Amino acid sequence: MSSRENILAAVKKNQPPLTALPDISIFKVHEEDIVKKYSEMFASIGGLLVSAGSLENVKEQIRMNFDQGKRILTTLPSLSDVAELSDPEADPHSLLDVELAIIEARFAVAENGAVWLTEDVMGHRVLPYIAQHLAVIVPENSIVSTMHDAYANIASEDYGFGGFIGGPSKTADIEQALVLGAHGPLSMTVYLIK
Amino acid sequence: MKSTLDHATLAEEFNKDEERVDWHDGALWWIRQKRDRSANQTPQWEELREAASAIKSNVISNLHDYLIQFEENLKKNGVKVYWATDAEEHNQIVYSILKEKEIKQMVKSKSMLTEECQLNEYLEDRGIEVINSDLGEYIQQIDNEPPSHIVLPCIHKRKEEIGELFHEHLGTEKGLSDPTLLTRVARKHLSNVFLTRRAALTGVNFAVAETGEYVVCTNEGNADMGAHLSEVQIASMGLEKIIPERKHLGVFLRLLARSAIGQPITIYSSHYKKPRAGQEMHLILVDKGRSDLLARPDFRDSLKCIKCGACMNTCPVYRKSGGLSYHNTISGPIGAILAPNLDMKQHADLPFASTLCGSCTNVCPVKIPIHEQLYKWRQEIVKLGYSANRKTFSMKAMALTLSSPEIYSTAGKTGRWLLNNVPFAINNKFNPWYKQRDMPDSSQQSFGEWYAKNGSKK
Amino acid sequence: MKIGLFIPCYVNQLYPNAAIATLELLQKLGTDVTYPAKQTCCGQPMANSGYEHLSQSCNDLFIENFSAFDYIVAPSASCVLHIKDHLHSHANEAAATEIRGKIYELVEFLTDVLKIEKLDANFPHKVGIHQSCHGLRGLHLAQMSELVAPDFSKPRHLLNMVNGIELTELDRVDECCGFGGLFCIAEEAVSVKMGKDRITDHTKHGAEYITSPDLSCLMHLEGILLRNKSKVKIIHIAEILNSSPTKA
Repeated sequence: MSSRENILAAVKKNQPPLTALPDISIFKVHEEDIVKKYSEMFASIGGLLVSAGSLENVKEQIRMNFDQGKRILTTLPSLSDVAELSDPEADPHSLLDVELAIIEARFAVAENGAVWLTEDVMGHRVLPYIAQHLAVIVPENSIVSTMHDAYANIASEDYGFGGFIGGPSKTADIEQALVLGAHGPLSMTVYLIK
Repeated sequence: MKSTLDHATLAEEFNKDEERVDWHDGALWWIRQKRDRSANQTPQWEELREAASAIKSNVISNLHDYLIQFEENLKKNGVKVYWATDAEEHNQIVYSILKEKEIKQMVKSKSMLTEECQLNEYLEDRGIEVINSDLGEYIQQIDNEPPSHIVLPCIHKRKEEIGELFHEHLGTEKGLSDPTLLTRVARKHLSNVFLTRRAALTGVNFAVAETGEYVVCTNEGNADMGAHLSEVQIASMGLEKIIPERKHLGVFLRLLARSAIGQPITIYSSHYKKPRAGQEMHLILVDKGRSDLLARPDFRDSLKCIKCGACMNTCPVYRKSGGLSYHNTISGPIGAILAPNLDMKQHADLPFASTLCGSCTNVCPVKIPIHEQLYKWRQEIVKLGYSANRKTFSMKAMALTLSSPEIYSTAGKTGRWLLNNVPFAINNKFNPWYKQRDMPDSSQQSFGEWYAKNGSKK
Repeated sequence: MKIGLFIPCYVNQLYPNAAIATLELLQKLGTDVTYPAKQTCCGQPMANSGYEHLSQSCNDLFIENFSAFDYIVAPSASCVLHIKDHLHSHANEAAATEIRGKIYELVEFLTDVLKIEKLDANFPHKVGIHQSCHGLRGLHLAQMSELVAPDFSKPRHLLNMVNGIELTELDRVDECCGFGGLFCIAEEAVSVKMGKDRITDHTKHGAEYITSPDLSCLMHLEGILLRNKSKVKIIHIAEILNSSPTKA
């Protein structure tokens, strides 16, 4: 017998009688002010939050806060006057010099500050991880309360890769001292738009 | 890494530097406090733990079917699936994947399973270099030491010691010990590693049977850097990592980082489903004792573990003895209940490295009754003869005495039995009790004696 | 209400005053208490060491001694928990089940069965409460710090009825003292370090006494206090609750 068959046979023989799955629809949180909750949460985990309101203001913010001389990449055609448009055919290794990546989130989660990104909005899977700084545009009306709502949103959507990102890359491996910017972005900015 | 010394001996060694013990204890207690605050800020926290535990119970009871469903979906998604009975088979599979592609270097994000399998050593013996990319694991790797904690691999090391290691291995200036500067050096060094490695291996936090995707959680972003720049992506997972449906991730991702470090979610929770164009994805399902553990009704709940490390942070014995004292890849309370299933003789000491205080059970996000399992492992270890004969003899003597009021006798001189027979009370200077403790005055009459004279007068 | 007084082996020998205080307190509260002379031990030292299978005749003796009572009360949370969780009998499981259901640690007996609301006691000292783990996480004498649940503490509730007492705080409200039965011998270094750290937490908050519903923890802490010639004393909670209302 192959290992597969051996393992499956042993599991079948040894597993206990079937028990039921719990009802997880009991987990409901109602946020009075979901944008405020999100903003506080995101800031508390080391994110930078800007209530930009509109894409025009986002552009203004980017011009003000990031060095235009460095490589700024976006997947959003509407931002092409402040950033280079990501080329889906490019070799992901060529993204190492990206100073700032600007991406639009599918939605964001109030209870933990995270944004949900799928590979179609990332352009390249590695982009939000390899850029020195990450900026994510979050429409205020896309914010959900909890992870349960998040997965209700995602439902059975098909994707090759998707990820929650909840702030700048961090580590506390050296004496529990918090350092932002482990292997991923040194900072993460969320621009809230209406 | 297999040590011949037991936990008590290694813990005593650790305790020779009390200032370090205090620091280690304080660092982990601080994380426990962060966990408490985070739990208290989460509505329905205890219900969440209950739900997570119930989902895992269902997984354990239906694992066979979920594994088949998961495999089918992986294949549909274009992922190659392998099954490994033990460490050797797992390591062979990884090696054969790399060999076929003529790959000589691999980057690996945190995976306790591959630590358990000693994959790095196996591959290095065959000319393949592996670099651990999690900062803590990287530090442990260059120091040639196993991780002391599953979430915080080098929590036992001082920054000066890490600075010294970096000086030796990465050529940093001597005396550099600032955590931010050291992290920047590692970032630069590992960025080059990520860019040049054709193969990346990750562990798996959760594998969804319904969709065939698997989720990897990190704070550093190292798993993603490795995986998304590689042409060959390999994931190794224990059978128990399965969860039934995607929506169940909501429960586990709410619990994991809060329990682990008091953070609302890990910075990165990456859902890998299909290879990207031009990339291969491989996934290895590893048994390595899991199916045996399923057959032990008293212990199978330990398969629910989501490796958050909360039981280590709260365990006073762990905090004051250090993870390396457990001489096992997974240390602390959860390690002490997982290890005997794999090798009872080698790990016979671990279930005794606990006061059975029960704090581990209370912080466990999937409600494994850890301290009850520790108690049960003790019974198992003794029954199967892995306890010292000397101890068995004295326990038999104790059993005889305590079942016989005549021998025990609560009156008269033989009432001093306790002082000569109960290990913590034995009245001689060779008893470890007296190394740093005294005994209260025992010359007074016992309560039994007092009661015989005065009890009936009342 | 007939109460069988269970005085664990080490309390009998090393802390007779705590046993006397328990007896007197129960008598003061108007109960009919008897101490069965043929009792020995709950069997925990064997069971926690992995030798539960050797404790059968010890269990049977326990059943023989205590079956006749309405309640069994003991001034030791750990021994009570052991009986509640692990007392079984091949010969008479029905009797064992009955015993497991009617044994109480003193504090829970006072709060849950006698439901006392006042006490005539006086203890004008600063006292720190050590939550025994078996009392806390096993018998739920107080809320456990790990859980998200409403706070309560039965020992504190009782001690608050004592005149003059000042209860001191702790940084870590329910950390284990490190006794752990044979753990205190087998893992001497960690055990002592845990004990020392509990004591430091109490002394830095000004405790003159450390009290607990469990003397095994206190014996361990006292061992360290005595060796270090500390002025801090240990005292079983029964002795405070039974303290004279007039004498200071």
